[in-house]
Amino acid sequence: MNEPRDLLTVENLNAWFGQTQALKAISLSVKPNTVTALIGPSGCGKSTFVRCLNRLHEEVPGATAKGNVVLEGMDIYGPGVDPVMIRRKIGMVFQKANPFPALSIFDNVAAGLRLAGVRRRTILKEIVERSLMHAALWDEVKDKLSHPGTSLSGGQQQRLCIARALAVQPPVLLMDEPTSALDPISTAKIEELITELKKETTIVIVTHNLQQAARISDKTAFFLMGEVVEFGETSVLFTVPKEKRTERYITGKFG
Amino acid sequence: MNFEWTSDTKIDLNTWAHPVVEKKSEPIAVPARRQKEVHHADRLFLWFLRGMGISVVILLALIAAYLFLSALPSIRQFGFTFLTTSVWDPVKDVYGALPVIFGTVVSSLLGIALATPVSLGIALFLNELAPRRLASIVGFLVEMLAAIPSVVYGLWGIFVLAPWLQSTVEPLIGNNLGFIPLFEGPYYGVGMFAAGIILAIMVTPTISSICREVFRAIPRSQREATLALGGTRWEMMNMSVLKSSRAGIVSAVILGLGRALGETMAVTMVIGNRSEIVASLFAPSQTMSSVIANQYAEATSDVLRSSLAEIGLALFAVTLVINGFARFFIWRVTKPKGSR
Amino acid sequence: MTTSSNLNSLLSSGFRKRKLINIFFIFCIGLAAGVALLALFYVFGYVLSQGFPSLNWAFFTQIPRPVGETGGGMGNALAGTAILILLSTGVGVPWGIFTGVYLSEYGRGKLGRLVRFSTDLLTSVPSIIMGLFVYVLLVIPMRRFSAIAGALALAFIMVPIVARTTEELLRLVPVHIREAGLALGLPRWKVILWIVLRGSLGGITTGIMLAVARVAGETAPLLFTALGNNYWHQSLDQPISSLPVQIYNYAISPFEDLHRQAWAGALVLILFVFAINITTRLVLRPAPTAGRD
Repeated sequence: MNEPRDLLTVENLNAWFGQTQALKAISLSVKPNTVTALIGPSGCGKSTFVRCLNRLHEEVPGATAKGNVVLEGMDIYGPGVDPVMIRRKIGMVFQKANPFPALSIFDNVAAGLRLAGVRRRTILKEIVERSLMHAALWDEVKDKLSHPGTSLSGGQQQRLCIARALAVQPPVLLMDEPTSALDPISTAKIEELITELKKETTIVIVTHNLQQAARISDKTAFFLMGEVVEFGETSVLFTVPKEKRTERYITGKFG
Repeated sequence: MNFEWTSDTKIDLNTWAHPVVEKKSEPIAVPARRQKEVHHADRLFLWFLRGMGISVVILLALIAAYLFLSALPSIRQFGFTFLTTSVWDPVKDVYGALPVIFGTVVSSLLGIALATPVSLGIALFLNELAPRRLASIVGFLVEMLAAIPSVVYGLWGIFVLAPWLQSTVEPLIGNNLGFIPLFEGPYYGVGMFAAGIILAIMVTPTISSICREVFRAIPRSQREATLALGGTRWEMMNMSVLKSSRAGIVSAVILGLGRALGETMAVTMVIGNRSEIVASLFAPSQTMSSVIANQYAEATSDVLRSSLAEIGLALFAVTLVINGFARFFIWRVTKPKGSR
Repeated sequence: MTTSSNLNSLLSSGFRKRKLINIFFIFCIGLAAGVALLALFYVFGYVLSQGFPSLNWAFFTQIPRPVGETGGGMGNALAGTAILILLSTGVGVPWGIFTGVYLSEYGRGKLGRLVRFSTDLLTSVPSIIMGLFVYVLLVIPMRRFSAIAGALALAFIMVPIVARTTEELLRLVPVHIREAGLALGLPRWKVILWIVLRGSLGGITTGIMLAVARVAGETAPLLFTALGNNYWHQSLDQPISSLPVQIYNYAISPFEDLHRQAWAGALVLILFVFAINITTRLVLRPAPTAGRD
């Protein structure tokens, strides 16, 4: 059986906010070109976990994390590893779309590239167009690339942020409840997008919408109070969950 | 602690809890006679308060009016050319304000030119770089710079800054760059350069504190967006904070300019008080406020006094316009952003 | 077409340069903060070192000697500043507080906007212009320089500062508290004075103290209102000495001894202002910044 090797492996990840422990000994692995969903009630640590993956967690004053997160053979928590380098490999899309207000649509998508030093207009144009296409936004904005990034609707802005994250071609794309602030139509568009996107990249998505998780993900992890209660194939987890707590959550008994 | 971190979570260092009274009582019916009394007292109080408010408006109007009236003889006598001529002749009683206007504008511009990069640096340091404890201590110290009275800066300027400029700095610049008209001429120590430096010190706390407010108005998610793209700390400051704050920074600088224009004592003490328009930064000069401070009390001629009043009127008008403009801008920029 | 590996190499090549740029700018930013602190410590340190040796009993209790003689003190200037502060607070603080109350409780309509706008503009009037105004307003009709004129000029400077602080503080009191008072049957004016205002006294006191600190250091408005006096004050309608004006006069005089005293006076002034600022920060609840801008 030819199973692809794990792209991202998390081993014994712990995280704290000051003295309070938010994540307890998390271990899971992500295969390439898959969508992994993280579900659980609010406050259970799913967002914290995802923010540990791109080392954004430690940007909060007083927040710390310890453990091993291995991406493409390299432990991003290893000694001497620069978080800045990590974040190029692990992109992020936030809950509320946050395009740069002072930049145009084109400049927003090109932001990551420009930061990294790509200056050639031809390369930028090519990559921006490709990213916007992958984000299913190209047709809607191709005539107004110079308009400000904030002139788009909420759903479009979120797709713009997805394009921006995709432009630097990260092997892993993190999404922190990307559709929770959007209307059903935009949500559907983005869910469609995610299913297409997994051909290009690997996605880890936090969602509080169980149906969404069931629809789009290959594997699902159920978080509760800072721990992973269960992690497995989505179809299995949602129909015959191994843990009692998983079952209770999925059937709506709490959360 | 059940802490769910979302992109919307803001850490506002300035929130302070305020007691809230959760009292859900029904309005008690008040007997009719007391109600009328109550209204009466309330009405009186309201009119009293209104009077207080109106008195402030009247005060402002009075200032403008009195200045104008005092300046009237000079306005009538010299007309518009007052602002464009360079003469200052107490014997013949003929005056022109151009040199002091020049002195005011140049010293203030020099001041904000020196102050702005430093203020931006301070604002970025305090808001984006320093850990919270350090930021509050350093922030407090920067504000203490603003608390030092003008006359103390002037004292320090006369006896410390000016001699140092005269003996060390000005010769250093003059020997190397003296071919530029900006830096030529004898080294007095006192002069435009000294005034510019002192103004810069005095205006820095103002500019930096407004910049800090402007920077604070930018939501956290903007900063995280740049970090998530793999930006370094400086790149985050540049892309998420500075680029979005242009309007706010401009208004902070304009407000600093407004303060510099009105600054009197420190400038008077170090600017050398000679009314000449010269290109060199090392030359002594005069500003609108310094000429009033120096000459008004001993002015014997009515024409002189009226001319000084006209200069005062011009200063009043300019500072009002600039400050009003800047304030409006700042209000525009720092009010909470609605959904965009 | 830019392949993935091309892009990868493109993106990782400039990394070291970016790190260097990052370090450079962070260094500059730290430098800026350092420059500001350096200025503060340098000025304060110098005043301290020059002024401290001259702080003696004579300084606080004696008046200036005749021109040319050494010795004497700034006792009259200290007393003069105290008197001016008392007078100006007596006028400026109530005026400012009630204006602030008006703005916060009733200031929503057109008049409110006009008053608020005027208050804001008033804060930006250069202090020398305020002195000029009071000169024409009071000194000319009275035909003399006086403590009253000086105090009035200072009061005019205080009013908008106190008004703004008061308004901002009262605005922070939630509507519920006012409603609770009204629901108890209290008339509106009592609710405002006894409940809302009284609840914000801490912050208002802070605001007043900061305004006092500001006004204590003002020189320009006193130059042609209170003028100056080399003797203890006799009456309020005579010129009166004040610390900042005396420092100024000594600083520009040609006498070494007077310079020495000027430093001492400056030290007293700085310590006074710093003491107020530190106390309000640490002890009382900090008021929203209603300082010199």
